Amino acid sequence: MSINNVLPSSSLDRIPTTTLNYVQAIRSAFFQALEQDESVFLMGLDIDDHLGIQGSTVGLVDEFGPGRVFTTPLSEDAMTGVAIGAAMSGMKPVHIHIRMDFLLLCMNQIVNIAAKAHYMYGGATHVPMVVRCIIGKSWGQGAQHSQALHSLFMHIPGLKVVAPSNAYDAKGLMLAAINDPNPVIFMEHRLLFNTEADVPDEPYEVEIGKSKVVRNGQDLTLVAISNMVIESLRAAELLEQEGIHITIIDPVTVSPLDMDPVITSVSQTKRLLVVDNAWLNCGASAEIIARVCESSTEALQVKRLGFSETTCPTTPSLEKAFYPNPITIAKAVIEMIDPVKAAHWQPNEKDAELVYQMKFKGPF
Amino acid sequence: MKKIEELYESLCFIRQLELKVAEVYPSDNIKSPVHLSIGQEFVSVAICDALTKDDYVAATYRGHAAYLAKGGSPEKLIAEMYGKETGCAQGRGGSMHLIEPSVNVIGTSAVVGTGIPIATGYALTQKMKKTNNVVVCFLGDGATEEGCFYESLNFAGLHKLPILFVVENNNFAIHEPIEKRWAQPDLSKRASGFEVTINQYKDGDVIELHDIAITMIEAIRNGNGPMLLEVDCYRWYQHVGPEKDFGQGYRSEAVAEKWFSRDPFVILGEKLAENKKQEIDRRVTQKVSDAFEFAEQSEFPKPSELFNYVYK
Repeated sequence: MSINNVLPSSSLDRIPTTTLNYVQAIRSAFFQALEQDESVFLMGLDIDDHLGIQGSTVGLVDEFGPGRVFTTPLSEDAMTGVAIGAAMSGMKPVHIHIRMDFLLLCMNQIVNIAAKAHYMYGGATHVPMVVRCIIGKSWGQGAQHSQALHSLFMHIPGLKVVAPSNAYDAKGLMLAAINDPNPVIFMEHRLLFNTEADVPDEPYEVEIGKSKVVRNGQDLTLVAISNMVIESLRAAELLEQEGIHITIIDPVTVSPLDMDPVITSVSQTKRLLVVDNAWLNCGASAEIIARVCESSTEALQVKRLGFSETTCPTTPSLEKAFYPNPITIAKAVIEMIDPVKAAHWQPNEKDAELVYQMKFKGPF
Repeated sequence: MKKIEELYESLCFIRQLELKVAEVYPSDNIKSPVHLSIGQEFVSVAICDALTKDDYVAATYRGHAAYLAKGGSPEKLIAEMYGKETGCAQGRGGSMHLIEPSVNVIGTSAVVGTGIPIATGYALTQKMKKTNNVVVCFLGDGATEEGCFYESLNFAGLHKLPILFVVENNNFAIHEPIEKRWAQPDLSKRASGFEVTINQYKDGDVIELHDIAITMIEAIRNGNGPMLLEVDCYRWYQHVGPEKDFGQGYRSEAVAEKWFSRDPFVILGEKLAENKKQEIDRRVTQKVSDAFEFAEQSEFPKPSELFNYVYK
């Protein structure tokens, strides 16, 4: 499987690119942003240590100095406020959290100040801040290192929330997020870090608030978020073997959502499956389906997949059942199209294993 | 003497303006909860007068005094309370969300303590940009109970940021006195250990407090790192609203009487001749009247503008 599927490959023909993995792409974005704009700085626990957040910030302190790349005390609440205050006073901070779960300690500042400042101060100030965070999975990440909390942030007007699914989008979105005048929650998935893509050497931006049609097929529209894009692409390959052709759309930005490509596609396929890397209750999947249904007068078939409605367990036997995978995704698609066929479909369990999972060996 | 006159005029203006807010409030023209600073407005006056225009001030939801003392527009303040489009936040914020970038008033916030790290972030920017500016962060005694207060002191001390934390200690968090909230009644003991120099002032003399502020702000400007100044004061009115609430029984009238009898505004006025005070009073009354007139004549934002400012 090649994740180059998700890239606008035609535009890459003419510009110099390098094959980078997701982490290298993020680091490239940081390097270029720090180089181009003196108001950009990075802060967060451990970003200046020898490991540099899985390599994504490694060496940047040597290049740009401890005034612009620095660690913080374990004070997520105040440090978020400090980043917001710096942003309001003319800087462009990137506040880095090694796990998204810790954003729960930042909610007061993010929700009460960052999201609202531009509005409640009548446009007199704004908050050009990036909150970068990483979602974990497997190798015992468990209850408090694996949460994807994007729906909490999607609920709040004034925040932008992005979830790049590949290295190309990761670099372009990070540069766009840093230059965006609004607060942007930047969600990465740990299991995407070894995935590779051809990434332009020069700085470029991927537009925030723009969905991408990753592949086209007439039988069903599948919207997949974050690493579920990769899982769904694998599912699509399994479905091809069964003669089923699906469209996959990566929202890339989950708030504000760009629904047009989804609505257009569903108007043709009449079937929508949303695969989220999160729980379903009040989640992104519910929101996407609600918006499609509100926009249509036709009878549509809809379904959601995501985390099981439990806390994430650490033991592999239970964790495997907790997440959607290419087989459960493909099975859900077949059930929507042909329930009889689904009852007899016998996939090879090996097909649920993805390239990145085989490549990734932990520990974190 | 000129300085005394200036401080008196500033204090007199803020006192009169807030009394007018209390007077007008029952008319329901003010479309915002108001937290009056009457009785403790001297803190803002004494401190802000020691700042330059380029210095920053962060204040609280009880922020009318700091906003005005730093040079915020009274017209825009009252218009904001009236919900008018000419308000400092175009009617989107109300009394608790004042801002004035032209005189470096950082936006005030209604969630207690949230302004402390924001002000610390402004101070970080001053350090990064190598400006000569100081940030003053006003907060109340209640806000010193929030975790972000200690986190901010630690970060400011660690990075030697140019910030003065001014704790206006009026003894109450809504209706709850410090005795029911603080294990240690001496704030300096709770706030020590962060490399933040701490001073305390208890006497309500505007001139003395002004002198202390000048000394501390100068020291911060000269690179001596963050400082904290705790000022004892007293809130004459309700936590929120236009009334005095001594009849409710949660605080002692005897204690209140002590504060009324040594009102910092009166003490400062005693240093001026009666005719000078009358001249200032007349000027101030006109300014207050102009501000309310401006607010009353301004328009409300149009419903079609509801979605402005969600994103920049």
